[in-house]
Formats: sequence, structure tokens, C-alpha cells
Amino acid sequence: MIDGLQRLGQLTLGWLNRLGRATLFLLRLLGAVATLGRRPGLVIKQLYSVGVLSLPIIAMSGLFVGMVLGLQGYANLVDFGATSSLGTVVALSLVRELGPVLAALLYAARAGSAVTAEIGLMKATEQLAAMQMMAVDPFARVFAPRFVAGFIAMPLLAGIFTAIGILGGYFVAVKQLGVDSGAFWSQMQAAVGLVDDVINGVVIKSVAFGWVANWIAVFEGYDAIPTSEGISLATTRTVVNTALVVLALDFVLTAIFFGV
Amino acid sequence: MSATAFASPSDPPAESLLVTVRGLSFHRGDRIIFQSVDLDIPRGKVTAIMGPSGAGKTTLLRLIGGQIRPDAGRIEVDGACVHELGRKELYQLRKRMSMLFQSGALFTDLTVFENVAFPLREHTRLPEHLIRTLVLMKLEAVGLRGARDLMPSELSGGMARRAALARAIALDPMMILYDEPFSGQDPITMGVLIKLIRTLNDALGLTSIIVSHDVKETASIADYIYLISEGLVVDHGPPNALEGSNSAWVEQFLHALPDGPMCFHYPAPAYAEDLALREEPSCD
Repeated sequence: MIDGLQRLGQLTLGWLNRLGRATLFLLRLLGAVATLGRRPGLVIKQLYSVGVLSLPIIAMSGLFVGMVLGLQGYANLVDFGATSSLGTVVALSLVRELGPVLAALLYAARAGSAVTAEIGLMKATEQLAAMQMMAVDPFARVFAPRFVAGFIAMPLLAGIFTAIGILGGYFVAVKQLGVDSGAFWSQMQAAVGLVDDVINGVVIKSVAFGWVANWIAVFEGYDAIPTSEGISLATTRTVVNTALVVLALDFVLTAIFFGV
Repeated sequence: MSATAFASPSDPPAESLLVTVRGLSFHRGDRIIFQSVDLDIPRGKVTAIMGPSGAGKTTLLRLIGGQIRPDAGRIEVDGACVHELGRKELYQLRKRMSMLFQSGALFTDLTVFENVAFPLREHTRLPEHLIRTLVLMKLEAVGLRGARDLMPSELSGGMARRAALARAIALDPMMILYDEPFSGQDPITMGVLIKLIRTLNDALGLTSIIVSHDVKETASIADYIYLISEGLVVDHGPPNALEGSNSAWVEQFLHALPDGPMCFHYPAPAYAEDLALREEPSCD
């Protein structure tokens, strides 16, 4: 019993210690972000790496998720003769929840893990130390560009995921199952509000998820133990922690914006 | 035991010293790495810091470079106390010193040319044609002008070390710290590196600190040698003076003798006890 409590205490202290270090890291990171205005090229290069290269997985996943929503929605609504509402069901599901959440999870798996592994390897191969010895701050040269690029890319990827998902739903509902095209779009247009659903849903959520996903990815790389096992663990932690934080944050944001 | 070279009246004055270390103590956990160590690095010379693996040689370079802070003592580089400087001042000082890492530490996403150009692009506003000229000059000095477009993954270990050396001299530093520059190199590459370090030191008026346990190679180019072990400076002096040292430790280290005061084995319980070979007490 005492041992169990002791262990719990140690785990809690360890967790708090790590959170403290991550917060200090974030503060220094934000200080370095201010220097990026002079060197936009660093951010653009990373935008390609974390944003453009993530497009295929985001687009494909969005398409399939939208198609599944179309099929499932149709199967349920057809019993009530309400298939004309299918556009609303698909759009609200994607705009409010699935778009930002799934895009963030996919982003963490594809780009977040890559950022962690890259920074961890730079640490293990003394590239970060070499940079410091050349009087170049890795926060300004390595961490901040990746953080900012990811922060910009995340809402764009979530928007693309959502748009392609709606097109996937349209393809299944209208082209395959014969739902009326006019009803699909007009019901969606009437039910989905710009501020209530789009801004509060995909925009604010993806901005918040982009912040935490990139903070976690960059910090885990910086904090990785510079060994093969250490980098492997850090990469895993990035994906797992981002998934957990994104899902928990999604609940909080949903309660704030859409709670009764 | 601590030691201070150039401390006698006949030795060079303080201004001819680039690095001075006084009363340096440093530990990791319970392990003492340095215990009240004093040493001096004269300007314009090649000073070697030698000792067995795990003696803290690389740690000493990192302390001099300000990457880590000592627990006690004072490290001055060109009159500035390294561990008392703020980040900006430390970075200003580092623009005048370079470090050649054991692994080379080349940026793997940049070509050899871009690696050498990196410090120039970061710290100067030179036009591109001038950067190109400077980079090619540095690469020519290390014999890699023809390898400018290769990626670090396409270089051999020796070539990577030379490319890193070209990057280290890109800003014409006052001092270069070499961390095990010869380890893992074939004899030819080692010979090239030895000659290169000495030539660059003399031609560019640098101060070089070489950390190594390659006795013969390092002694061949060093002006002065510090031998460190178990947190202390065991002996110091010019290479020929150390050759004649009466110290059993120095004798063992310099001539790679298997027997001597330095233990091969890490501290452990008795071998027989570990293997459970001790006779069990009889019940009779």
C-alpha cells in the first residue's frame, strides 16, 4: 500500500517536472518565433515538409471518412425517409468533430512523429551541439520554424480533410445512392452556420490541436534521450500523447462551444 | 593532485594564455569527473589533453565551450569567464571558437558546400559569390573541393571529419577544440588529419586543443600535453619531457602497458565470489 502510494507520488512528481520543463521550453520557443520574421524561408521549407507532404494521407483519409459517413447516414436516415438531410449529417459531423480531430491524429502520426525523430537524431548525432558551438541558437534555427510551420499547416490540413470528406459523402449519397443533389447541398447550406459550426468547429479546434500537437512533437525531440531506444520512445510518446491531449481537448472545446 | 603549467616566473605571461582553468570541479551524480583541476592553454600552440577513456576529456572541452557549467572553479577564455556569460555574450565568444566533434556532426540535410557555408550565412552578410569563394578556399585547405556537392551520407569517416574541419575554420576562429579527431580513422587518413591540424594551426595562427587517447599521433604535433585521469591532472609538459617522466602512471599510459597503477577492470566484487566458487560451509 505504502509502496503503491510512493510509486504514485513519484509518477506524479515526474509528470509535473516534465510539464514544467515543457512549459519553459515553450516560453523559450515563443521567444525564438519572433526572430522568424527575418527568415521566412526557414518556415516555408518546413511547411513543405509537414504540410505538403501530409496532403496525400489527409486527402485519402478525408475521402474515405466522408464516404463512410455517407453510407452510414443513408442506412439510418432511409428508414425515416429523411435522406435529404444526409448533407447536413455529413457536413456537421466533419466540420464539428471528425475533420479537426482526425486530421490532428493523422498529422501527429505522419508529421509530428517525423519532427520528433528528426530533432532527436540531430541531438544524438551532435548536430544541435555543433549548432550551439557555432553560436547558432537551435531554438531559432530548428525548433521555431518547425513549430510555426506545423501550427500554420494544421488548420489548412483540417480544412482540406473536411472539404474532401464532404465531397466523399456527396459522391456516395448523390452519385451512388441516388439522394437528390439539390437537397444534399441546400439542407447543408441551411443547417451549417459559419460561426457556430465552421469557426467554432474546424477552425478553432484545429488551431488548438495544431498548437499542442506541434508543441509536443518539438519538445519530445528536444527532450529525447540521444540513443536509438530514446528516440524510438520519444517518437511513440509524440503520437500517444498528442492523441490523448487532442481527444481530451476536443471534449473541453465541444463542451464550451456545443454544450447544452 | 592539481597542476598548473606556465606558472613559474620563466613561463609566458598571462596575456599569452588563451584559456585558463582554475580549481575546476565537476561531477555527474555521485561520480567525480574533475576535482580542483588547474590548467593553462597558451595562444598559438597545439595543446593536447590526453587520458584513458572516461577520464573526462570531452567533458573538459564542453566546459571550455560553455556547453556545461562547472560545479566549482573558473574557466576563462580570452579573458572572459565562460560560465558567467549570458547567452548573447557566450554566443559572441563562440563565434571566435570552433569545435570539431568526434562524429563530425555535419548537418545531414545539407551538402558539404552548404555545411561549410552554414556559419558564414548565419553570421555574415557576405554576397553569395564571396561565400562561394571562401567555402571553396576552406574546402581546398582540407582537400575536399571536389566533394562540395556530396551529401554527408556519401562521405567516408575521414572525409566527414575533414569537411567538419573546413566548417570549423570557416569563420577564421581564434581557437579550435578537437574532440578525438583521430578515433576510428585508417592510418592514411590519420596521417592527413595530423598534418592538417598542425598546418592549419600554424598557417592561420590558431590555438588548438586536442582531446585524444591516441598517444603517438597526438604527441607528434602537440606543443604541450596534459595527462588527466580520475578527475586530476596526473602530469603535464612538452611531449619529450613526459617521455622521460618517472611517474608509473605516465609510463603505463604513454607506452600502453597492460600492468601498472591504472586498473583494466571496473571495480567489482571478488571474481570467485561472483562466480559462486566459494566452498559452501559443510553441515557435518
